[in-house]
Amino acid sequence: MTTTDRQRVTISASVDGKTVELPEGSSVLDACRSAGVGLPTLCYGPTMTPASACRVCVVELEGSRALIPSCSRELEEGMEIRTGTDRAEHSRRLVLELLGSASELDRSEEQLAGWMTMAGARSERFGPPAVEAPRQPPSPGHHGSPELAAAATVYEPAKVEDELYVRDYSRCILCYRCVDACGVEHQNTFAIAVAGRGFDSRISTEFDFALPDSACVYCGNCIAVCPTGALVGKIEYDMREQGAWDESSQEITRTVCSYCGVGCNLDLHTQDNRIVKVTSPHDHDVTLGNLCIKGRFGWSYVGSGVDG
Amino acid sequence: MDIRNLLYRPTEAEKSAVDEVLGPPDSGWDGGSFGGLDGRVAYGGHAAREKRHMLLPALHAVQDAVGGVSRGALGYISDRLTVPPAEAYGVATFYALYGVDETGITTIHVCDDIICTQYGAEALCDSLDDALGSNGVRWERSPCLGQCDRAPAAMLHQPGKGYANAAPVDTRSVRAIGFDELDPGVVHQDRSELALLRRVGDVDPESLESYRASGGYETLSRAVDLGPMGVIEELERSNLRGRGGAAFPIGVKWRGVAEAPGPIKYVIANGDESEPGTFKDRLLMEGDPFAVVEAMTIYGFATGATHGYVYVRGEYPTAERRLTRAISQAREAGLLGADVAGSGFDFKLEVRRGAGAYICGEETALFASIEGHRGEPRQKPPFPTQHGLFGKPTGINNIETLLAALYALQIGGVPFSALGTEQSSGPKLFCVSGAVDRPGVYEVPFGATLGELLELSGAGKIGAVLLGGAAGSFVGPEAMSMPLTFEATRAAGATLGSGAVIVFDDDTDFGPVLARIARFFRDESCGQCVPCRIGTVRQEEALGRLSGGRPLGSRQEERKRLDDLARVMTDASICGLGQTAASAIQSAIRLGLPGAPQ
Repeated sequence: MTTTDRQRVTISASVDGKTVELPEGSSVLDACRSAGVGLPTLCYGPTMTPASACRVCVVELEGSRALIPSCSRELEEGMEIRTGTDRAEHSRRLVLELLGSASELDRSEEQLAGWMTMAGARSERFGPPAVEAPRQPPSPGHHGSPELAAAATVYEPAKVEDELYVRDYSRCILCYRCVDACGVEHQNTFAIAVAGRGFDSRISTEFDFALPDSACVYCGNCIAVCPTGALVGKIEYDMREQGAWDESSQEITRTVCSYCGVGCNLDLHTQDNRIVKVTSPHDHDVTLGNLCIKGRFGWSYVGSGVDG
Repeated sequence: MDIRNLLYRPTEAEKSAVDEVLGPPDSGWDGGSFGGLDGRVAYGGHAAREKRHMLLPALHAVQDAVGGVSRGALGYISDRLTVPPAEAYGVATFYALYGVDETGITTIHVCDDIICTQYGAEALCDSLDDALGSNGVRWERSPCLGQCDRAPAAMLHQPGKGYANAAPVDTRSVRAIGFDELDPGVVHQDRSELALLRRVGDVDPESLESYRASGGYETLSRAVDLGPMGVIEELERSNLRGRGGAAFPIGVKWRGVAEAPGPIKYVIANGDESEPGTFKDRLLMEGDPFAVVEAMTIYGFATGATHGYVYVRGEYPTAERRLTRAISQAREAGLLGADVAGSGFDFKLEVRRGAGAYICGEETALFASIEGHRGEPRQKPPFPTQHGLFGKPTGINNIETLLAALYALQIGGVPFSALGTEQSSGPKLFCVSGAVDRPGVYEVPFGATLGELLELSGAGKIGAVLLGGAAGSFVGPEAMSMPLTFEATRAAGATLGSGAVIVFDDDTDFGPVLARIARFFRDESCGQCVPCRIGTVRQEEALGRLSGGRPLGSRQEERKRLDDLARVMTDASICGLGQTAASAIQSAIRLGLPGAPQ
């Protein structure tokens, strides 16, 4: 069967009373977006299969008892979707509030702050963050007494184990994006997984060994998908800690990686005429935002000897 | 700088424990010694990856043999099954019964859930540090161990020997738990009038002959005569609905699996009964294991599934052993395997053991667990009848449902539908525990009232009854006239849930009870979705502040916070655990129970 034989099936549904028509295989989120409704997404990245975990994109579906995650639900003929009901907005707001109460979100993707404001999310209503205490090894089914006066958080000291990455899990929202990028979705390296259970789950190598002692190949594709700045390059982390990171003054220069014949596009992020970060565009056919260690980190020769 | 876990090797004891489950390694590529053609032959691919479902059995093997999962053992298991060590570690640290990174530990799990605490579990826990001393024995608090008819309960795990239940225990006996198996439990009613419990305690659960002498396997013959569609039509006529909590019509489910396309299908008996206050499936699995095997054989026959699993809660070692034995006896007798009972139908049945995770009672989390993953539920749709275990059409039913189906096929669908009420047909088991004279499993036709049930078990002055366990809801003494049916409980805003009926007397302070329920959900949330992972934490905090008289802001604000959390967990969680994590607490508040936040 050639593609021309295939019947292109169109699905018709309604979003907030407005009829939308999309090709078969579209998601409810696609339908909402085509109806002009912007919904937040966190665990669903542009290059990833939705994990259905964060629940920040939930909407109401006629006939469904619970709210549905719009990112992962396939659009069906005749669906009646409502995005702006009190119930849907309540859940989206609470999810944002809960995330903000447990993780530091101040270095997240730009849109997040806007979503929080739009939803009227106030994370501080669950109490001040609990005193920073080192996290214990996983003990599923058990936890210490809650502090009560303060809200438990996922705080742990940032893991600075090498010159390339920093894993700052106080910012982790457990969206599974890095695990999926390291695993089946992109890299197939499987260096990290979710360990522990419930609120005490965290992203971990086996036995929490340092990343250089794990199967990690330093492709940085986990960094590329992290929505909250929990995974960042060391240079960016250090500059942010020093207050020197200034995205508004940065320039992005698109070029092609010079190492091999694949031809990955590189975006060189420069600040004060120095490279501070390298990414690849998510919509690039070849890379889907992914690179290897050479493309992402092997650029220190650029400009070497120019200003010492 | 290399993969550090490669530095750790398994001990001989660990290696042989794993090899006993998996067989010897095939080559140097999956944990064997490297030699021969290993350098010139490619191994791997599908054949290697398809072994992952043996991850939990392999972890159990080392846990049972040496009392923990060491770095070397985890590395060896990863090699044997071609599972990345990080993922194997993620799985091992998900389940409460695996100890990771240390071995040689003897552990006593002491139940401190809401029934055992009525029977002195807190005092027992308080005495244990002194009683046990420091001779290599550790004790841990545990959620409900399913021995609520003889609380307080404990469970021993000893390297080299495995698990043993003990109940009731006290400070003295908890130090000397042995490996003699307990009886399934007392049946207080006249067995000759019962359907589901009629063999429990009467028929030898270790003997196929004994089961057959009591009429066992007659229903399989009848099913073979009826043919697959005949069985399903009979069940549709029975109007039987699932007993696991969701009350889904069994005929619809079985037909869904039977009509799903594709040659490979699975059927599963869900024996991961972990709802606090629920122990009926344990009674059935321990007391009537052949009936579970017979029902599963019919399930496979009717749906065209050639492979079945019985997933047994890790805390039920006796049930696991008896089912395993029943399966091997049935296989020897030609009642399982190729050509079941001369019908030409092939059916393989095996037991899988859980490892301490309430969430694995949720059907899609149970699939993940059998497949060798963390017990994280999946977003539905797709539904299991289309994409279930290993992505194939799968039928999954609770143990009691399967035995009720067996009974429906025995007496016929129409006579079965005449039992109980129109919408809730057949006999129903209830697990009555707490403040009653005769705690135990009771079988009554649907429609008996709560008062009648409690009369059977001898209740005194009642403060409240928790129907359906931690995921259920409280009802007050005024609910005594409520018929115990799906429709009547729903109309009253309650639920039958798992069939747990936990009775609290009229001087109960519900503050600690609610705190325990909040702690339970915080511990048992799988951690996947935000409303449940963080919501259960915030619920425990807010409840603790309210009962401690130290609200954040005003009491009204704190109550609003609790209500908001209940709402988001109910509306937006992936699975039933999160969706019910506030149910009991909210119902206690609505009823104004003493000690509940006002």
